[in-house]
Order: sequence, then C-alpha cells, then structure tokens
Amino acid sequence: MSSLGSSAGTDALIFKPMPDLPAPRTTVGVIGWLRANLFNGWFNSLLTILALVFLWKTVPPFFSWAVFDAVWSGGSGACPPGQEGACWAFVFNKFRVLMVGLYPVDQLWRPILCGMMFVLLAAVSIFHLMDVKKVVVLWCVLPFPGFLLINGGFGLAVIDQSLWGGLMLSLGLATIGILISLPLGILLALGRYSNFTLIKALCVGVIEPIRGVPLITILFMASVMMPLFLPVGMEINNLLRVQIGIILFSSAYMAEVVRGGLQAIPVGQFDAAKSIGLNYWKTTALVVLPQALRHVIPSLIGRCIALFKDTSLVIIVGLLDFLGMVKASAQDPEWLGHDAEAYVFCALIYWIICLSMSRYGRSLERSRQQD
Amino acid sequence: MSDMARKPKEETTEPQEGMIQLIGVHKWFGNFHVLKDINLTVLKGECIVICGPSGSGKSTLIRCINRLEEHQQGKIINDGVELTRDLKKKSKIRSEVGMVFQSFNLFPHLTILENLTFAPIWVRKTPRAEAEKIAMQHLERVHIPEQAGKYPGQLSGGQQQRVAIARCLCMNPKIMLFDEPTSALDPEMIKEVLDVMVELATEGITMICVTHEMGFARTVADRIIFMDKGEIVEENKPSEFFDNPRWDRTRLFLKQIL
Repeated sequence: MSSLGSSAGTDALIFKPMPDLPAPRTTVGVIGWLRANLFNGWFNSLLTILALVFLWKTVPPFFSWAVFDAVWSGGSGACPPGQEGACWAFVFNKFRVLMVGLYPVDQLWRPILCGMMFVLLAAVSIFHLMDVKKVVVLWCVLPFPGFLLINGGFGLAVIDQSLWGGLMLSLGLATIGILISLPLGILLALGRYSNFTLIKALCVGVIEPIRGVPLITILFMASVMMPLFLPVGMEINNLLRVQIGIILFSSAYMAEVVRGGLQAIPVGQFDAAKSIGLNYWKTTALVVLPQALRHVIPSLIGRCIALFKDTSLVIIVGLLDFLGMVKASAQDPEWLGHDAEAYVFCALIYWIICLSMSRYGRSLERSRQQD
Repeated sequence: MSDMARKPKEETTEPQEGMIQLIGVHKWFGNFHVLKDINLTVLKGECIVICGPSGSGKSTLIRCINRLEEHQQGKIINDGVELTRDLKKKSKIRSEVGMVFQSFNLFPHLTILENLTFAPIWVRKTPRAEAEKIAMQHLERVHIPEQAGKYPGQLSGGQQQRVAIARCLCMNPKIMLFDEPTSALDPEMIKEVLDVMVELATEGITMICVTHEMGFARTVADRIIFMDKGEIVEENKPSEFFDNPRWDRTRLFLKQIL
C-alpha cells in the first residue's frame, strides 16, 4: 500500500506493447512446410525419398494398365487372353447386373428413378443445400416411396425379392439399416445411461450379447433360426430377416458410440437444465443429445461406413449384393480371367460411397464448430 | 412482463412472511452428514451471503433450495410451497428459482441469445419474438448485448458468467442463488460480475450468494451466514460480522481469508 501511495504523486511509466515481428523465413511458406513435413532430419528425408521412389515404381504402371492399355468397349471377344491392359468392356457388359441384380429389364426405370431420388438427396445433404431438419425428415420419409417403387404394389407389378441384388440391394440394406439403427441405438444408449435399474439392465442385456457375437452369426441366426421361433403361420421373408439382423447388430454398436458421447457431457449441463425447470425428455432432446451426438459424429459416421461395408456379408445367406454380383460376374465362363477389373471396379464404387459419407461427416463437424 | 401470465392461485400464497424457509433441515450423502439442523428464513428482497471453508455444506445448502439435492429431514418451504418428491412442483419451483453456477454451465451448442430464450420458450412457452425481446433487455442489463449471436465458447469467463446471470433473469425469478459465481474467474473479470450482482441486489432481487468475495459481502449483504462442518455457526449483520464476530470459529476464518 505504501509504495503505491508514494508513486501516486509522480507520472506513471507508460507501457507500450512491442509490435509483432515477422517469423523467420525458413519456418513459414512452402519452404517452411517442406522442411517441417518432408525433410525434418536425415531419417525423415530418407523416408521421403524412399516413398517417392516407391510411388514412381507403382503409380505409372497402374495407370498404363487401368487407362492407357485398357479396352473400353466390345463384347466378350474384345479382350484376347494376351491383353496387357484392363478390360473395362467386361465391367460395362455386366453393369446392369452389378447395379440391380436380376431385376426385370422392362422394369428398370423403377430402380433408376429410386436411385436418382437418393443420389439427389445425398447431394442435397453433402452440399448442405437445405436446412438440416428438412434433410433429416426427407431421409426418414423417402425410403417409403423408394421401397414401394422397387417392390411394387399400388398398380406397379410386384417384383419378387429374390430378384433384387447388386449395388441396389447393398445400398437398400445399408440405408434402412442406418436410418433405423441410429435412433434405436440412441434409445439403447439413453436406457443404459438412465438411473432406472430395470431399464438399464434391459439395455445392457440387449447391447452386450449382440456386441459379443459376430455379424455372420447374427445373419445365420436371422436367416435359419428366426423362422423356428416365430409363431405358426407368421412368415417373414429372408431379406427382411437379414435386414432385422443388420439393424440389431448395428444398433448395439451405435448405442455404445452414443454412450461415449453422453459420458462426455459435464454434470453442470444437467444441473443447468434442471435449474431452469426442464424435464427429463426436454433435457435429453434439447441439451444432452445435441451435444453428445456432436462429440461422436466421427465415430457415428465410422459406424455407418462399417455398416455399409458389412452388408457384403449377406452373401453367406444367399443374397447377391454388390460384392456377390461382382464375384458371380467374375466367374462367368464367357469372361473368365477378369477378376482384377471386377474387384477394382467394386473397390472404386465402395470407396466413392464411403468417401461421400466421410466427407458429409466432416462437413457436419465443421458446421457445428462453436469454439 | 411474465407476472401477467402467472396464475391467480399463486397470488394467494404471496403474502407469506418468508420467501424461503428452512426448518430443521438435515442431509446426508451416504453416511456423511453434510447439513445439520439448518434453520434459515430469507425475506423478499434480502441479499444473503453464505461463506465458510470448503466442505462446510454451503453449496449443498443452496442446491437443496431448488432441489438439485434432496434433503432427508426437515422442511424447506419455497414461497409457501413445501419441497417434496412431487415432480410437477419441483420443475415449477426450479423455473422460479434462478441459479448461477461456478462453472457457468451455459449450453455450448446454443448461441448466447438462444441460451437466454431457451427456458422461456421451452418451459414457459413464451412466443419466440417476445422471449428474444426480453432476452435482449437482460443482455443490456449485464452490459453485453453485442455478444448475442456468439457461442459461449467465444466469450471470456466474466462475459459467460454475466450471460448465465441474464439467463436466470429471463425467467423472472423470485429468488436467485449464486454458487461461487466468481471462483472460476481471472481476477480482472471478477469485478465485472460482482458489479452486475451489486446492481441486482440494489434493485431488490432476493438473492443468496455463496461467495468468498468479502468486499461484496460487506457492502451488499443484508445478512452474512458463516457455515462450518454442515452447521450454521454465525448469522450476523455485515458490520457486526466483520468487526465484532460472536464466535471464535468465525474470527479464525476471517483471520485466514482477510
């Protein structure tokens, strides 16, 4: 106090902050980036050079196979056995089966229309052309006309589900799987997180056994055993049983992902919600879930991608999805020896779809960044 | 404002002497006896400061008043309504008691304005336009109307705490509880929050503050309550409390913090 008092009489020294100086040139810009990322020490430099050599040895040969030496059109005779490059003519020839399986040719406009509808919806979602709430509503509503279109009914010829296949089947199983297992997973997670012992035990009792079993087992059980447990006279077709199996499996995983997000919510948020008089459901829907889901967007998208890829397992219960059709096409005696093209094409399509989902997830994360 | 919307039934409970009455309140966490025979009456318009060493039960006491914690024995009567397990009463009482937390507890996924209009819209069903108008008035009252469109994470601690105070004010509370509102703040920001609290106290809002800000307690409080080991040790006027405390325990405490 006394020192403050004595200095009060004289003028105080004036504090002037030092101006910002530019950073050293070797640490910023292109050179800075190269030094920091590629040539940071002799070991990193060595790795960089080795990686460049590896790329030089592998990338050009792949491109000459896939693009420059490739055969792009023609019938089964277009690709003689000694052909150097890829035979994309094979893929073009099989394109219809790969996409829709054995769906009747005269009804092709139906899956095409349905596909266009969902490609449009996916584009709207990825590029955020519409309000998120409207997009969610559309995703929940459009599968109904989509199913009707593919299945038939209301004046459209009914197409037997044993004829469905290809990418259409994979995407159908994945889309419906995601749309139902996500909300189901959220409910299971909330149940597991709740204070009611009975509800908690019930949810743990659903989640843990399902998580402890491989998807293949669940698909077998859905396909082979479920009919044994159903009441007499009640029949559920194979495709629906498989779909139910996928949904159950996925929702158990989704539940654990969402639970991770729930646990990240600080207790203070519950206190605050309670202290303004919100009840449980409003607290959950308006305070807890929006934050919890935001925390776990990367893992949720990961689960969606995994689910989409897991649909390829339905081949073991006799459904020919995209991968199944690829495999069957590669064994066509007229086109023997084109496995590589078939699987490269298959991988490319899977990759494009998974990449779109992952980009969508990233854009969701960014649009919700608040701090 | 929303006084107009209140039901006449409440008006009949209004003439109660004490706005908040605690009669022989006991509380245990498991076997740990946190609150021991608490008797306290808070009148309308009073500003009460509760202080005491950590673990003395100060926060638990005010958390019992809006039933964030349940007491096991005794009575807590809030504006003529006794706090019981009755769920409907509970959320109604909570909506009429504002609470400000040490860690602000704003909703990070909502903008400042949305944080303020959240409770009026979802609990009181106030139309959005009206809720926003009221919210802006309260933001001006805590001197940060220009931050309305930002998210809590973009604000300083002092600003966040003032938003938290404004969030309570939007519900037009009958009483406000402050649970160590400045303990998580940098020294330079404590003053801006205390200034707002002083303004509220002089406007006659009933408040109970758990705080270590003795300067605030001395100038603003009508009564100071000193707690230790779950009991109310001393209840006194500020001047008496600081200059002539009755109990040795109080003296020891004051000696250590002043």
